[in-house]
Amino acid sequence: MVAPMTDRTARRFGLVVAIALGVLIVTDGDAFAQADAGADVDAGVDAGLHARALADSGRFGESDLPVACGVAVSDVPDDAGGQLRVTWGVLAERVKSDAITGYEILRYGPGESPEPVGDALATDSEYTDTTAEDGVPYQYVVRTRTPFGSTDSEPCEPAIARAQWFARGRLSTLIVVLLFCAALAYFIRKAKGGGDLFVRKIPGLEAVDDAVGRATEMGRPVLFVPGIETVSEVGTLAALTILGHVAKRVARHGTPLDVPCADPIVMTTAQEIVKQAYAEVGRPEEYDPMRVAYLTYDQFGYTAGVDGMMLRDRPEAVFLIGTFYAESLILAETGHSIGAIQIAGTKETSQLPFFVAACDYTLIGEEIFAASSYLSREPVMLGSLKGQDLAKLGIVCVILFAFVVGTAGALIRPDGTSVLTRIFEFVSAWFN
Amino acid sequence: MGSFGMIIGTWLAGFLTFAILSFLYKDNPFYKLAEHLYVGVSAGYWLIYVAFFDVEPMLVRGFLDETGIEKWILLVPAALGVIMLSRWFPKTAWLSRWPIAFTVGVGAGLGITANIQGYVVPQIQATLLPITGLNMDSLDSLILVVGVVTTILYFYFSKPHKGILGGAAKVGIVFIMISFGASFGYTLMARLSLLIGRLYFILSDLLHII
Repeated sequence: MVAPMTDRTARRFGLVVAIALGVLIVTDGDAFAQADAGADVDAGVDAGLHARALADSGRFGESDLPVACGVAVSDVPDDAGGQLRVTWGVLAERVKSDAITGYEILRYGPGESPEPVGDALATDSEYTDTTAEDGVPYQYVVRTRTPFGSTDSEPCEPAIARAQWFARGRLSTLIVVLLFCAALAYFIRKAKGGGDLFVRKIPGLEAVDDAVGRATEMGRPVLFVPGIETVSEVGTLAALTILGHVAKRVARHGTPLDVPCADPIVMTTAQEIVKQAYAEVGRPEEYDPMRVAYLTYDQFGYTAGVDGMMLRDRPEAVFLIGTFYAESLILAETGHSIGAIQIAGTKETSQLPFFVAACDYTLIGEEIFAASSYLSREPVMLGSLKGQDLAKLGIVCVILFAFVVGTAGALIRPDGTSVLTRIFEFVSAWFN
Repeated sequence: MGSFGMIIGTWLAGFLTFAILSFLYKDNPFYKLAEHLYVGVSAGYWLIYVAFFDVEPMLVRGFLDETGIEKWILLVPAALGVIMLSRWFPKTAWLSRWPIAFTVGVGAGLGITANIQGYVVPQIQATLLPITGLNMDSLDSLILVVGVVTTILYFYFSKPHKGILGGAAKVGIVFIMISFGASFGYTLMARLSLLIGRLYFILSDLLHII
C-alpha cells in the first residue's frame, strides 16, 4: 500500500526538488567563466592590432609572437568528475599568428609548478583535461608553439573538477526508462493479481513439441545450443527459459537431451533448469548432468565441438536459441546436413538471415523473449511482455505524431515558420 | 632454431587447416583430431586468460594495491566466486544460485538502460522525419517511417495479427526480410574475405606458390 502524501512529506519532496534544481543551476555557472574568457579574447585582439602595426613598420621581436589569451578553465558539466575544460583565444592579428603549430597545456595545483598534461592542434581553442583530481583547484597555462619559439599565456583562475548528480543530456532516456518501468510494474502487478493477459501464438513454438516427438520416435537425442554468450546476456536468459520447456517435454518422453555450453555459469544454470524439469515430470533419476557440459569459451572451438556432436550423435531435433555470432551459419548448416529439424532464434539481427535460410523455424529477435513468456506463463515475464508492448505502442504513436505534425508544418509553410514545425522540432530535439 | 620452430609451426597450422576443412567432405579422423585439439587447447587458453587477465590483475592485484572501499568491495566478487564452487558439494549446491541470481540481475538491470539509451531513443530520434515535398529525401523519410512502424507492429504480441494490425505486420515482415537479404549478402562478402585470408596462408606461407 502506498501511504497518502502528507503536507510534511510534500514539503520534504519540494525541498529535495528545490535542492536538485539548485544543483542543476549551479552547474550553469561555468557559462559565466566562458563569457569572461570571450571578453579577454576581444582585449587580446586589440593588442594584436597594435602588434600588426609594429609588423608593418618592420619593427617586431620575440614579444610579438602569437600568444594564447583569455585562458579560462571550467568543470566539464554533466560528467562523473575528473575533467576540466580549458578554453582560450589567440591574438589572431598578431605577427606570425598563422605560424602556430600547436598548443601545449600545462597544469599546476597549489604549491606545484606547471607540468604538461596534453597537447592541442593549432586549430583547437579548447582542451579537456581528463586527469584532474576532484576537489583540487587547478590553474592552467597554454603554451603557443611556432617555428620561431613558444609563448606562455597568463595563468587562468583556478577551477575544481567535480562530479554531477545528473547528466542533463540524458533526461529523455531517464523519462523513457521511468515510463517503461512504470508500464512493466503495472502489468506485472496485474499479472500477479490473476489478470488475463493475452499473448498471441508465436510461429515456430508449436514445432517444439513436434520436434521432440519426432526425436522420441526416431530414438535419437535432442540438442539444445544456448548460444555463446554469458548468462547476463538477455538472449541467453530467454534461451534458458525455452530450455526449461524443451527439457520438460524431453523428460516426459524419456528422450536424451544434450546441452553443450560455452560459458561455465550458463552450464551451471542450464544444469539447474534441466534438473528441475526432470524433477517436475517425476523422473529426477533420469537426469544426467554430464549431458549438460562445458566445451570451451572460444567461439570457434565451441563451434567445432558442437559440429562434432551433431555429426556423431545425430540429434533429430536441434535448437539454436540464444546469442550467436559468426558461428550461426556453420552450426545451422551442419544441423541441416544431418537432416535434423532445426528451430533457431536469436536477437542478433546480423545472424538471423542465416537461421532463416538454413533452419526450419526461426524466432526473430524479440520473438524469443515473447516465446519464453508464452511458454513459462510466469506473471513477471508476462507482465514484462505486456509492458514492452505498451512501450512499443507509445513509440509508434510518437513517430506517427511527429510524422504528421512535421509533414503538415512543412507543407503549410515550407519556410519552417509554422507552429507545427516548431512542435516537430521540439519533439525531435527532446529525443536528441 | 627459431626458423626451424617456425617451419614446424607453419606446417602444423597448415595440417590443422586442412583437417578442419576436411569437414566439408564428411566427418573423419583428421577432423576429429583437429576438433578435439581445438576444443581442448582453447578451453585451456581461456582458463589461463581468465586467471592472468581477470582474476590476478583485477581481483588479487587490485586487493593488494587498492585502499579503502575500492579494496574491500573486491571481497564481494571474490565471495560470489567462491560460492560458485559450492556446486561440488551436493548439500551446499543450492548456494551457487546466489551468484547466478546476482549475475542475471545485474545483466538485466544494465541491459534496460543500455538498450534504451543505445538503441531505443536513437532509433526514435532517427525516425522522426517529415515529408517536406516531392523529393527523394521525402521518399526516404516515408519508407523509413513506414518500415519502422510496421516492423514494430510485427513484434506486438498483445493482439492477434488480424485486420489492420495483421496488414501492418505483413508489411513489417516484408521490410524485415529485405533487410535480412541485404545483411546476408553483406556478411557473405565478409566471410569470403576470411576464406581468402586462409587460402592466402596456404598458398603463400605454406606452399610458397604466391
